[in-house]
Amino acid sequence: MAEHALQFLQANPLTYAVVKILIVFAVLSGLVAYLVYMERKVLAFMQARLGPMRVGPWGLLQPVADGIKLLLKEDIIPEGADRWVFLIAPAISVAAAFTCFAVVPFAGNFFVTDVNIGLLFILAVSSLGIYGIILGGWASNSHYPLLGALRSSAQLVSYEVAAGMAIVGVLLVSNSLSMVEIVKRQQEMGLWNVLVQPVACIIYVIAAVAETNRNPFDLPEAESELTAGFHTEYSGFRFALYFLAEYTNMVLVSCIAVTLFFGGWLRPFQSVRALDFLNYMPPVGLLGGAVFVFLLGRHNRVPMERVFFIGLAVVLVLLAGLVAIPVVLNAVQGIFWFTVKVLAFLYAFIWYRATFPRYRYDQLMNVGWRVMIPLALANLIVTAVLRYFLSSHGSASPAARLIGF
Amino acid sequence: MPEATYLDANELVINMGPQHPATHGVLRIKLRLDGEKVLGSEAVIGYLHRGVEKIAENRTYTQFAPYTDRMDYVAAVTNGMAYVEAVEKLMGVEVPPRAQYTRMILAELQRIASHLLWLGTHALDLGAMTPVFYTFREREEILKIFENYCGARLTTHAFRIGGLQYDLYDGFEREVANFCDYFTPKIDEYEALLTKNRIWINRTRNVGVLTPEDAVALGVTGPVLRGSGVKWDVRKAQPYEAYDKVEFEVPIGEKGDTYDRYLVRVQEMRQSVRIVRQSVERIAPGPIMGKVGKVIKPPVGEVYHSIEAPKGELGPPSFVNLQALDTMVRGHLVADVVAVVGTLDIVLGEVDR
Amino acid sequence: MADEPKAPPAGGSSEPPAQPAPPAGGPGATPPKTAPPKPSAAAAKPAPPAAKPVLKPEPWSSPLLDEMQKRFPGAILDPVIFRHQPSVTVAKESLLQLCEFLRSDEGGEYTLLTDHTAVDYPKRDKRFDLVYHLYSFKRNDRLRLKVLAADGEKVPSVVSVWPTANWLEREVYDMFGVQYEGHPDLKRILLPDGWIGHPLRKDDDILKQDDAWVQANVGIKSGQ
Repeated sequence: MAEHALQFLQANPLTYAVVKILIVFAVLSGLVAYLVYMERKVLAFMQARLGPMRVGPWGLLQPVADGIKLLLKEDIIPEGADRWVFLIAPAISVAAAFTCFAVVPFAGNFFVTDVNIGLLFILAVSSLGIYGIILGGWASNSHYPLLGALRSSAQLVSYEVAAGMAIVGVLLVSNSLSMVEIVKRQQEMGLWNVLVQPVACIIYVIAAVAETNRNPFDLPEAESELTAGFHTEYSGFRFALYFLAEYTNMVLVSCIAVTLFFGGWLRPFQSVRALDFLNYMPPVGLLGGAVFVFLLGRHNRVPMERVFFIGLAVVLVLLAGLVAIPVVLNAVQGIFWFTVKVLAFLYAFIWYRATFPRYRYDQLMNVGWRVMIPLALANLIVTAVLRYFLSSHGSASPAARLIGF
Repeated sequence: MPEATYLDANELVINMGPQHPATHGVLRIKLRLDGEKVLGSEAVIGYLHRGVEKIAENRTYTQFAPYTDRMDYVAAVTNGMAYVEAVEKLMGVEVPPRAQYTRMILAELQRIASHLLWLGTHALDLGAMTPVFYTFREREEILKIFENYCGARLTTHAFRIGGLQYDLYDGFEREVANFCDYFTPKIDEYEALLTKNRIWINRTRNVGVLTPEDAVALGVTGPVLRGSGVKWDVRKAQPYEAYDKVEFEVPIGEKGDTYDRYLVRVQEMRQSVRIVRQSVERIAPGPIMGKVGKVIKPPVGEVYHSIEAPKGELGPPSFVNLQALDTMVRGHLVADVVAVVGTLDIVLGEVDR
Repeated sequence: MADEPKAPPAGGSSEPPAQPAPPAGGPGATPPKTAPPKPSAAAAKPAPPAAKPVLKPEPWSSPLLDEMQKRFPGAILDPVIFRHQPSVTVAKESLLQLCEFLRSDEGGEYTLLTDHTAVDYPKRDKRFDLVYHLYSFKRNDRLRLKVLAADGEKVPSVVSVWPTANWLEREVYDMFGVQYEGHPDLKRILLPDGWIGHPLRKDDDILKQDDAWVQANVGIKSGQ
């Protein structure tokens, strides 16, 4: 049965692609919903409170409740708004954010497609997302959204340049625009790009925070200044779309950062034989999760919730057993590490939000134009010069190997 | 809104409030903007006007006391204290020492609570969302002490004309001393989050600068005046209760910007802890009411009385301080308006009364 | 304007009328009745419990007062001190010059106007007491100025001397209807612009409001 299905899919590449897209889309939507839950929980624990606790055990059903609520709410269109633009704008944002995932390699054996201009594709499409924000802010025909949209566009333009130049540094090292090739290159080198291009990595991560409008660069929707920024006039489902787009973008930039700088789906220290036991991390991690869930739920006062947690622990143990089978272990190895790294990035995003005050508009521009862009430019020039000299000496020299030529 | 207003205006007039997350109540500010730059501002107030003075005309002295709590409702103790002291001054009543120290302890705790509320919301306005939860956690401890003392947390009506209605409950001194021990490290915690944070400094340094001359001319008082470097505190200059018997310092700023006012208020919290500690040590058994009759009937006359409330010299500081807004925000950016409104530490219940 | 500082003076003058008010009812009728017994009652009643404090304002004398009287002959009336608080009544015509003098170096540097408010005595010919509370950082001293004004009479604005008077005078205008001359932007501050009436006048009942405004703008019959 399974073999039949596999053969059918291989025979029909189009269907295969559609199936993969559906899987990515479904998983991503769920992940984004629970990313909101994770954000609320992590923030809460950093701020001496509990976060969502009411809907389901430990508030686990909160995202579902939120989703239903947003879907059922009235969709208000302001009187003076440019109706069609107002309706379309959030869809543009979401579409742009999701489209980029077409070229993200979640694992060596799982990606929707691998095109040789993957990175360029991401840069191009993700920049389209800003149209959703600008059009939404403009079409609302209201002051706060307009200010939010203007801020957003200025911010994106400034930081896109820095991010782009940081990425070019990686391209020089990797010799390819294909996301899969970039990871494979890091595998060949035995070094993650973060060690080869540390400056580029820092610049990209900062620019990524700015591009996703996250604290401390969350000016377009600075609630204490612009109430809700560009989506002030949006409600219900359309507001949910913007929300979805923002968090999808967070996942996206995390994926890109992991792919470009942190070895994508590669296990840490893949070239070190002594650390091969790390290959068993997926089942061990699942077992650890099971123990955690069990300890958490063991003393729960609500019988239903206790049953739920213990049941979840059992499911995790069974999953760990499944993953421990060598064939399955090999198959999930890449996706496991990729997920772990992306989650680490997302955690950092939330951490920033709990820690930093917000930059002011002009300060944001100062950081962008006076610090980030010159730094990115310098990094680019130094990399290019080094690469020219080292490659002319042949790739045999140790120094050349170190930076990957 | 009429059509064709999309982008054709060079000067944008936006309405901040009365429903806005950062105006701390029902303040409305009309901003004239050039892009994000503020060309001018006008505060529109009165949305919370209840006519407290008119109510006062129709109440007896005793009846009116609880109304004072509803003005600066985040610092009800100091409000009520100013009122009962004014009436006592008019009557020439002397308050016994035990009542004086009790009043000082509660008033200083109230100052801390008010500053905590300010610190949390000010940081929240500037995008740092975590401090507000920490400051509310500590404020809660103070409110618990208030609740234990007089049964109310916010609008306390803690004092009576002539002294106190209730004597202190058992363990009050210990509870207050415990709070002092618990609280001092917490101030360090807030400072660790903000004082040397580069973004915080960027957002507050040189924002909303008020020169000492401007500050005096505009009549601002309290931490806003001291942040501008004018060393004036009613508690020092014209001591009331037993403030002349305790030791404390009056922190002042240098540049008169938002950052200085932040530092001044944080230092004031430390000084308040000092005053509370000394008062707790000195509080001794004794009467709690001065010689007043059952019916409060002062002689005809006029007195002026003011105390150092958390937000400035009572009478009413928020109203007067808010007037400085326009001077402070002109030429700054929209984001700074939020910072300045925050740093003025206004309470609309007191602005509008 | 004043909540704290104002409540006592306003209360002090209005309290006796307020207490008998419920039986008497009519705001116009009560003040004259209660006004005569006021001093005697006040002097007699609190005296037994607290004998020491001075109960009546005493004449005030100080070098500053002499200087003021020298510079503004005839303009400084009724200098009294009560509970260590000096107070003088100033002729309206000399108010601005006197304020400028008090603010200047030789006048004691009363640089801070801590409060400005009004008290209404509806039966008097000049019904309003405009009260200015000044503070001098140098002398650590407070001084109260009073100006008498009739209804509709124009009073010089002191905004040019103390900018903080801007809002304070607007509030007095809003609440009492006192007209200021030379105020940069004299309009209502707490009540809405189209409101009719000045609620803090003694002859305005506490239940009175601008019903037409409320109906037109809030859409309800009354605010009760």
